[in-house]
Amino acid sequence: MFLAHLMSTGLGPFYDGLVHLFLTPEELLPVVALSLLAGMRGPRFGRAALFVLPAAWLLGSVAGRAIPPRTALPAVAALLTLGLGALVAADRALPYVSVAALAAGLGLWNGAWTGMELAKSHSSTFVTVLGTVCGVFIVVALLAALTSSLRAPWARIAVRVAGSWIAASGLFMLGWSLRGA
Amino acid sequence: MRSREITTRIGLLAACAWLLRPGAALAHQAGGEASGFLAGLRHPVSGIDHIVAMIAVGLWGAQLGPPAIWLLPVTFPIVMAFGGTLGLVGVKIPGIEIGIALSAIGLGAAVLFEARPKLGIAAVLVGFFAIFHGHAHGTELPANASAILYSIGFVIATGLLHATGIAIGLIHRWPAGKTALRVSGAVIALAGLTFLWQALT
Repeated sequence: MFLAHLMSTGLGPFYDGLVHLFLTPEELLPVVALSLLAGMRGPRFGRAALFVLPAAWLLGSVAGRAIPPRTALPAVAALLTLGLGALVAADRALPYVSVAALAAGLGLWNGAWTGMELAKSHSSTFVTVLGTVCGVFIVVALLAALTSSLRAPWARIAVRVAGSWIAASGLFMLGWSLRGA
Repeated sequence: MRSREITTRIGLLAACAWLLRPGAALAHQAGGEASGFLAGLRHPVSGIDHIVAMIAVGLWGAQLGPPAIWLLPVTFPIVMAFGGTLGLVGVKIPGIEIGIALSAIGLGAAVLFEARPKLGIAAVLVGFFAIFHGHAHGTELPANASAILYSIGFVIATGLLHATGIAIGLIHRWPAGKTALRVSGAVIALAGLTFLWQALT
């Protein structure tokens, strides 16, 4: 259930990797939350997430390829979703270094799992990872830019509400993982 | 020649009709991701007890104005998910149906009387009721559905119900709207009494 296996789109490894991100909510939701969090702090923070997260993801996938496959840890993905969603909902004014560190940590963690998954599926690693990383870059670019451009007070509240929905989804994910679904 | 053309066209139409028959479109069960998300979206709007309580949260938030108008809908899904998690890990909460009925009565009464407690108290009250809704509804995963996408759909639908309540509650700015909101609060509280009656009998 968690950390979905790589899907074959029939369009080649690049699109397999791209689609993988959008079909794996436990990877996508923390990326969305981090994009919103960085965007809420302004363009400088958004740029940090935009470059650090995909780069860390790429590095993580290279490292993950070398690590022997392990059993997925869905509770960690759930906690990442919960934590990042809660930070958005609380509108926490994190320092620049913290946002960059969160982006690096999230990228390395998710990238490592992507790498392990690819090692199991014997896919064309680099092109597939490139597809996933491009997906991450696009999501962060669009959401962080949109969020940082919001000026109306109600729009900021809407972002916080979205963060609370992400946090709630993360909490449910934690429940399902503890149940072993 | 003409009859041959007609026969060919009829043949093509028949082939198209055969390909478009429902059986072809529904050849595979809509299991997994799509059905999970859609089931989650559908679930909160399939039970009137959940609908009235969620809308009441939005109505009350609109009556209270900022910051309650957004704080209550932010609080609710997180605490509701906490309630759902308790249900998923097997923590039993007695009187769930009674709690859900009391949520409609309590929130309906708050709208009826335009109750203005301190923000923290309002958030705690809404959060307390959210636990029952999460515990009862958040764990009702249909077979063959993705649990994560079911939960995401469930949270989004609940949030949209709050948004509907807030949108309706914006009539609070007009005197007639204020009265209409209080009447709707009375209707919600009465519905809650009906749920309570059903839960107790």
